[in-house]
Amino acid sequence: MIARATATRSRGLRALGDVLRVALLILVAAIVQVSIFATITILGGTPDILLVTLVCLALLRGSIVGAIAGFAGGLIVDVATLGTLGVTALLLTVAGYWAGRYGETTGRDRARAVPLAVAVITILVAVGGLALHAMLGDPVSAHRALLTTLLPTVPLNLLLAWPVNRLCGIIARPPAPPERASEVQVLV
Amino acid sequence: MVGVLVLLALALVTLSYRESNGGPVTSAQNAGAEALRPFEVAATRVARPFRDAYSWFDGLFQARSDAKKLRAENEQLRQLVLQHEFAANEVKQLKALLAYREGPTFPNDYNPIAASVISRPAGAFAQAIVVSAGSADGVELNAPVVTGAGLIGLVTRVTSHASRVTLLTDESSAVSALDAKTDAAGVVGLGPGVGATLELDRVSKDKDVRVGDTIVTAGWRSTKLSSLYPKGIPIGTVTSVGQSDTDLYKQVQVQPFADFSSIDAVIVLVRKATGR
Repeated sequence: MIARATATRSRGLRALGDVLRVALLILVAAIVQVSIFATITILGGTPDILLVTLVCLALLRGSIVGAIAGFAGGLIVDVATLGTLGVTALLLTVAGYWAGRYGETTGRDRARAVPLAVAVITILVAVGGLALHAMLGDPVSAHRALLTTLLPTVPLNLLLAWPVNRLCGIIARPPAPPERASEVQVLV
Repeated sequence: MVGVLVLLALALVTLSYRESNGGPVTSAQNAGAEALRPFEVAATRVARPFRDAYSWFDGLFQARSDAKKLRAENEQLRQLVLQHEFAANEVKQLKALLAYREGPTFPNDYNPIAASVISRPAGAFAQAIVVSAGSADGVELNAPVVTGAGLIGLVTRVTSHASRVTLLTDESSAVSALDAKTDAAGVVGLGPGVGATLELDRVSKDKDVRVGDTIVTAGWRSTKLSSLYPKGIPIGTVTSVGQSDTDLYKQVQVQPFADFSSIDAVIVLVRKATGR
């Protein structure tokens, strides 16, 4: 009885540690994005480390974790940049969910799943962001958002994909499944 | 779960969009931003050296690119200035030629053939130029060549479309000339001084020649022979006059009117009787 309680507690602590690691990863990625990467412009594009981290995390941990991480990361960005609250959260929620679903289904064990998902989601987030801002009546330029900025941003995000994926693999590795009984002892 | 998050995000968007500045959502956002600020500041400070290094390299490459562009632009502008200077000089010389052509000193029994200089003396031993007019244009051997300033030489070789002009500063040149004021006659040739200084030789000691007098071609004519040069073409001004008891003639130095170092256009004078 005591052993079972200890095991349950240990599992709870591991789960909490896992959640904290994921949360910390997303928090750091969001802060680094708004503080550092947002100010870097290379050939007109801006690398998005939060998006890349989210995609890698979602591929690793699934759609639910991807959606929650996307929402949290987007919300941090919206809060930190004092933008319209919820816009980035909405975009990244959908992006995290889609990346997670891709990882759970067709992208499972595919070698090129990470760069493919990063490239596609970068484009989709840009298109979705443009549509959302247009619906909100914000002055946005489709040419700037989809050509001038997006074209260089895709390769920049692809450059980030490999190291970020390795980092996510180290920090946010999914917890190992509980060991199954390998033998049965018959008590007489 | 995902639907809830999407709906929550949409609700936040709606509230944030509709709410005024003092609303609860905005206040919460402001509070969140304040809470995040230390982290942002810390991240910025950590990243500053890297960003500065990036900016330095970026600025360096930008500066190198700018310097390259500016050098090319400077070179283009310099060439343009040179072209303009050359054109202005050419215009000045052509105007002088035109003035000479229409002036009272232009010999009436000669036809002018305008030509540009296409080659210059290669060194101190070749006081000659090549002009872009030849026998096809009517240029003849021994035709005198002038600029707007005055006489410069004589055609010594003619091809169909080019001619070689031996300048007055060549050792072999000799032009019968006289003082326009006193009619003291002599022969102009290369002087003993340095550069393009000429000398009026064979002037008798009893003749009167003074500094500042203008020397012009004599243009003599006898029954069968005549000078190669028409009369009255300006050559130069007298800069010094000297004589000694042992010499037979005066030593008269003449500064030519023409600047032999920058001749761009000339007029070849061809006799009307023999010219085209």
